[in-house]
Amino acid sequence: MARSNRPVPQGSEMSGGTATLPPPAVRPRRRHPGTVRLGNLAIGVAMPIALLALWQASARFNILPEQILPPPQAVIGVLRDGWNDGSLQANTLVSLGRVANGFLAGGVIGLLVGVVLGLSAAWRAMVQPLFLTLAQVPILGWLPILILISGLGDTPKIIAIGWSTFVPVVLNTSQGIAQVPRSLLELGDVLSFSRWSRLRSIILPSAVPQIFTGLREGLANGWQTLVAVELLGSFSGLGYMMAYGRQLFQLEMVLAAVVVVGLIGVLLYLFLGFIERRLLRWQAGRS
Amino acid sequence: MTSLRPSLILHGRPYVIPVLLLLVWEITAHSGLVDSKFVPSLEAVARRGWAEIGDGDLGSDLLASLRRDMTGFVVGATLGLSFGLLMGFSALARRLFGPLLLVHRQIALFAWIPLLSAWFGGGEDGKLAFIAMAAFQPTLMNTWRGVANIPPSYRELAAVLTFNRLDFIRTIALPGAMPEIFVGLRSALIYAWIATIGSELLLDISPGLGGRMNEGQQLFEMDLLVFYLFVLGFVGVLLSLFALRLESHLIRWKAR
Repeated sequence: MARSNRPVPQGSEMSGGTATLPPPAVRPRRRHPGTVRLGNLAIGVAMPIALLALWQASARFNILPEQILPPPQAVIGVLRDGWNDGSLQANTLVSLGRVANGFLAGGVIGLLVGVVLGLSAAWRAMVQPLFLTLAQVPILGWLPILILISGLGDTPKIIAIGWSTFVPVVLNTSQGIAQVPRSLLELGDVLSFSRWSRLRSIILPSAVPQIFTGLREGLANGWQTLVAVELLGSFSGLGYMMAYGRQLFQLEMVLAAVVVVGLIGVLLYLFLGFIERRLLRWQAGRS
Repeated sequence: MTSLRPSLILHGRPYVIPVLLLLVWEITAHSGLVDSKFVPSLEAVARRGWAEIGDGDLGSDLLASLRRDMTGFVVGATLGLSFGLLMGFSALARRLFGPLLLVHRQIALFAWIPLLSAWFGGGEDGKLAFIAMAAFQPTLMNTWRGVANIPPSYRELAAVLTFNRLDFIRTIALPGAMPEIFVGLRSALIYAWIATIGSELLLDISPGLGGRMNEGQQLFEMDLLVFYLFVLGFVGVLLSLFALRLESHLIRWKAR
């Protein structure tokens, strides 16, 4: 992994063993808890393999009833059958489509609202308190009302996913824009930038990292909400697959859906990390 | 900031849009353009709310939800904190559980509901298990990060002063990680609340705000649903204010 691209101070010069202690204000090296080094990977996979073996053993020796923990082969069987008859792909695509629609709607509107709120303190004062209050209402609380108004179709689902994307996008975008360093803005004034070029070449680039944080949170939220809304009332999608399996007490179907949900989650995580590194590459020189 | 010159207009600003929205709502409800089944008037919602307060439904449901929320939160946060400290301090634990926890984090929270309900039942145990799991993740991740981000200089200082492990944890690691731990606990509080409502809506109907909303949806009582939506917002705001207050109280040494 391109560690050298990270805009982090490595701080290695201070561990050189000199007698003088460095000032405590030194920025800590931000190591993300998720970063796994390749060498550790072997020990890392040991645990999942052990768990799988335990699972297999429990199925083999009938330690837990099949309704509680079906054997791994049953899960693989559901995945294979679902893949062969196309229902697995269909359900996955339906779910992905809902997330994409909700994320696009919530993300685009959220970016616009966030830019307005970030640029104008007056609007912020008017809208922010209401917005923060609304954001405190768990999204699921809206669902009974949404379902009563717009039925069990795709509309309430996309609205709910859109809203859960919208909230972090607005918050982060407005914050990122409102916190553009004053010195940069003054530089723009000195160079007598127009309003537009000030926005385009100063404000937006300096807010990009936080805007991206908002989008990433928004996507994660949207994905979470998708599963919830599909569980609550749906006739297709991965959440439906889970609810259906649960009702029939076919836990292998539930577990198969969990595997797919987890796999997509991991792929999203890797993809977003990749995009972020590309997007923030120009920042590497800056510390 | 213009708020240096306080005036009625400035102080009133946050209320302009909510009041406007409520006005539009009220006019819509009375205009006859939409079915009052879908858009109940504000006074209908207020009447409904008053009745809910009067017969004690609101009180008992609120209490049931909060108790569930807090029980799950305490269980999940305690587990998350202990496990997070373990991950922060032990390289072996990090290598063993790191990848597993990372994958666990990528699985959408609600995907656990069908499994947990099969394992723990749709009653109280299943709900608590789900709420605890919701509180576990953010506490764990932030505690871990907090410990991992302790500046190396502090570690060296401890080495120079020949601190033993316990002293290091007590006087350096815990206070140093405290701000991040609190970030984790605060989002755990929010997640636990979301999970409480979610579990009440998705699992067996039982006393609680989500259970009441479930009934409201089945009986098509929009005024009841809107009223409980206000209650949810109110509780959410109170919870986050409480968390902020507690946080600034407990890490006030940091400001000095």
